[in-house]
Order: sequence, then C-alpha cells, then structure tokens
Amino acid sequence: MSDQSKEFFSGARDTFPLLLGAFPFGMIYGALAVTAGLSKGAAMAMSAFVFAGSSQFVAVGLVAAQAPVAMIILTTFIVNLRHMLYSATLLPYLKTLPQVWRIPLAFWLTDETFAVTVHRYQLNDSLATAHWYQLGSSIAMYLNWQFWSYIGLVLGDRIPDASSWGLDVAMPVTFIGMIIPFVKSRPMGICVLTAGAASLMTLSLPYRSGIMVSALAGIAAGLVAENGCKKRQGMVRV
Amino acid sequence: MRTRELVMIAGMMGVTFGIRYFLFAFADRIRLAPWIEASLKYIPPAVLIAITVPAVLLPKGDWHISMSNPYLVAGVITTAAGIFTKNLLATIAIGLGAFFIYRMVI
Repeated sequence: MSDQSKEFFSGARDTFPLLLGAFPFGMIYGALAVTAGLSKGAAMAMSAFVFAGSSQFVAVGLVAAQAPVAMIILTTFIVNLRHMLYSATLLPYLKTLPQVWRIPLAFWLTDETFAVTVHRYQLNDSLATAHWYQLGSSIAMYLNWQFWSYIGLVLGDRIPDASSWGLDVAMPVTFIGMIIPFVKSRPMGICVLTAGAASLMTLSLPYRSGIMVSALAGIAAGLVAENGCKKRQGMVRV
Repeated sequence: MRTRELVMIAGMMGVTFGIRYFLFAFADRIRLAPWIEASLKYIPPAVLIAITVPAVLLPKGDWHISMSNPYLVAGVITTAAGIFTKNLLATIAIGLGAFFIYRMVI
C-alpha cells in the first residue's frame, strides 16, 4: 500500500469512534427534519451540501418555528463561525497544498474531522502525506452522516416520536470525548473551565452567538494563564 | 423541493462553506501574529465545551440540574470514562450506553 492510502485509511480508522457518536445525531436530525415539515429532498440536500450537524439541527428547529429564511441563514453563520477558528489552526499545514485540495478539505471540515486530524498534524511526522489522513477522516464522516440522516428521515416518517428518544445526547457525549485529550496542562484546564462557565452566562445572547463569545473568553483565559505560568517558572529559575 | 427550501439550503451552504474556506483560500499569503499562533491550541476545547455545557445542563432549553436529568448523568459518566479509559471509542460507547440505560431505569 502506498503512503497516501495508508494515511487515508488510518484517518478513516481513527475517526471510527466519532462515527459512532455521529450516528444517533444524524438519525435525530433526519427524524426532526421530517417532524419540522421539511421535505425529504430538502432534508437530504442539507446533509449533502451544508454538512454541519449542529447547525442543521438548529436550522430544523427554526423551520419548525417558522422563522424567516434570512434568520435561519444568519443563525447558521454564527453557529458555524467556530469552523473559521479550526481552519486558522490548520492553516500552517495546508498552505503548501493546491486549491484542488484546499476546497474539498474546507467543505468537509467538521468538529470531528478537525479534532482527529489536528492530533495527526501535531505529530509533525511525514507532513507531506498528512492531508491524505484528513481526507480519509473527512470522507468517513461524510458518508456516515448521509447514511444516518437518511435512516433518520425514514424512521421519523414511520415513528413520529423517534425525535423524543433523546438521541441528541450523542453530541455532548462525543464532544466530551473529544475535549478530554486536549486538557493536558493547567492553562488548558483554565481555558476549558472559563469557556464552560461563560457558555452559561451568555445563554441569553441571540442566534446562539454565546458559543463564539464563550470560546474567545476561554482562549483569552488560557493565554493569560500560560503567561502566568511562564513568569512563575522564570522566577523559580532566578 | 420548494423555492423557500432551496433558498434556505443555498444560503446555509454559502455561509458554511465560506467560513470553512475563507482562510484556506489565502493560506499561502496569510501570516499569523505570534499571539494568534499561541492561541490556536486553545480553540478546539474552548469551542467544544461552550457547546457541550449548555447541552448537558439545559437539554431542553431550561435549567435542569438534578439526578433526574439523564443528559447530566451521562455527561458526568462520560467525563469519568474519558479520564480513566483514555480511549475515545470506549468513552463514547460508555456515555451513550449510560444515557439509554439510565433513561430506562428512571
């Protein structure tokens, strides 16, 4: 097997746990879409062309509440703004790739693929083929999401209360699993505590913009804590 | 598909892809300030926790801090499983399993 296909398959394999988490979430998206009154074609098109689970979930809720289309698009923008932070993180690793690579990798950039791939890039080992790893993770997530959204659509049609099974628990469970490997230092712990507390204090902000505000608060707290740690270490050395 | 749905999906696709691609498009021409580079590593956990905490404490949009909230119980069990197993697949499987078992029991 060539290095490229090895990378591709290990990207897909390392994403496997997150496929497990995305399956109930895709199913409840499909089920809710039907209940909300979205046509089947539209529900599948959203999975195929938007491909952003939590914003699809929020959008379906807004469709059910008969919110104006402009408001749904604005909310999508704010809920997905975090992906720009992800692309900023991957920037140094992708800048040598041609646009034919950058466009699909951007289209497929999800929380899950990002969380798996960033660990791969941070290994700083054979970076020349690392984008194949990201591609493998992306395609695994994409196919899995299409499949389970479709199953959810079919289920939601037949079993109207499928949306009350609590399948939405999959998102927090998956995210907790993804957060833990990042929390290895004191500044990182402070960052997580701050962002978590801020997320509860910003609940009243419109269009779920509290996510971005809380994330920025957490990042700032992490940076301040990091500088504090460095200064203290400096003093010990003196 | 109705026109309203078409406009909605086209708009959602436009903003989502725009967000994901904007920096990649100019990747070779962008130089990040050192303090931004230093902040990048905090981004993933900060964003993920900001989505997770409300989803666990206010699962249906209202505060629900009690043992009768299966989202909260599953969140605590998932965290413990993550810390002790250090294995993502086991963590997610235990978390999902705990949620559905607990929901059946209560």
